[in-house]
Amino acid sequence: MPQFAALHRKDNKSVRYLVVDDSVFARKNLIKMIETFGGEVAGEAGDGLTAIAEFNRTKPDIVLMDITMPQMEGIEAVERIVRQHSDARIVMVSSVGYQENILAALQKGAKHFVQKPVKPEVLYEILRYVLSDDPAAANSPVALAGDHHS
Amino acid sequence: MRMELIQPFINAADAVFSECLQSPAKIIDLTMDEETYRRKGVAALIAIKGDIEGRVILDLSPEVAVKIASRLAGTELPATEQLVRETVCELANMVIGNSVTLLNDQGFRFKVFPPEVHDNETGLSGSADTEAMVLGMETPCGEIYLNIAMHYLHRRRRERETAAVLD
Repeated sequence: MPQFAALHRKDNKSVRYLVVDDSVFARKNLIKMIETFGGEVAGEAGDGLTAIAEFNRTKPDIVLMDITMPQMEGIEAVERIVRQHSDARIVMVSSVGYQENILAALQKGAKHFVQKPVKPEVLYEILRYVLSDDPAAANSPVALAGDHHS
Repeated sequence: MRMELIQPFINAADAVFSECLQSPAKIIDLTMDEETYRRKGVAALIAIKGDIEGRVILDLSPEVAVKIASRLAGTELPATEQLVRETVCELANMVIGNSVTLLNDQGFRFKVFPPEVHDNETGLSGSADTEAMVLGMETPCGEIYLNIAMHYLHRRRRERETAAVLD
């Protein structure tokens, strides 16, 4: 994996992430990338309901959220988290990257979208962008990790 | 079976395996199969319902699954049943997710169901009435098989198109 300069919060502390995916395998891969970006894992969840509880418990800086999950899907979880915490930074990570999904997630308050398989350099740029709290983030072009259909 | 239904799956499989394993995948086998599918290792079956209906089975041996997982993790992982199942499911999710994105861009609408893992000795019938395309791919970690059985559901698409005209 390429080397990356560590991403920091504005107070120079490590960025804390909540990683939400029903696949342990996918979570491990994302955590490995987060660690190479100098981040910390604040929590993990395997479904939308647990993600909401973990968000309230850990107050992460960034949530990486899958879409298709049991019990509660990612887009509904985004809606519920953002309703309670309007400043939540949530990046959707899904293999299903069609427009309706992306738009629905952004409309519910997600900041960005990345398609699986995730390229570390793409995720890094998206996280850097989202952490910059650029108000235009939600309207920026969506990065699809699978270049073959972008 | 129509080739335009199969091509997105071939393209997605090629892209996903190449990206995950950082090396190109090569098609080594492409055959039609009308019999109940006999798996070659651990298989994940994903059903699709909508304008296009059918199922896709991603199948690989446990040894190949562990090699892929280790490669993705960047370290040697212990061969456990859970690791094998997780790897097969996540690969299937990525291939099918990327495929349906391509088909959705062409105007097809459908729902994708979560993967079911099959690792017992029975055959997988899936949609027994449909002939399937079996695609074998060679990757740096070993062989991976996709068994794709898809057909158009013309009626639903026509109904939606008619509704759109009437709106």
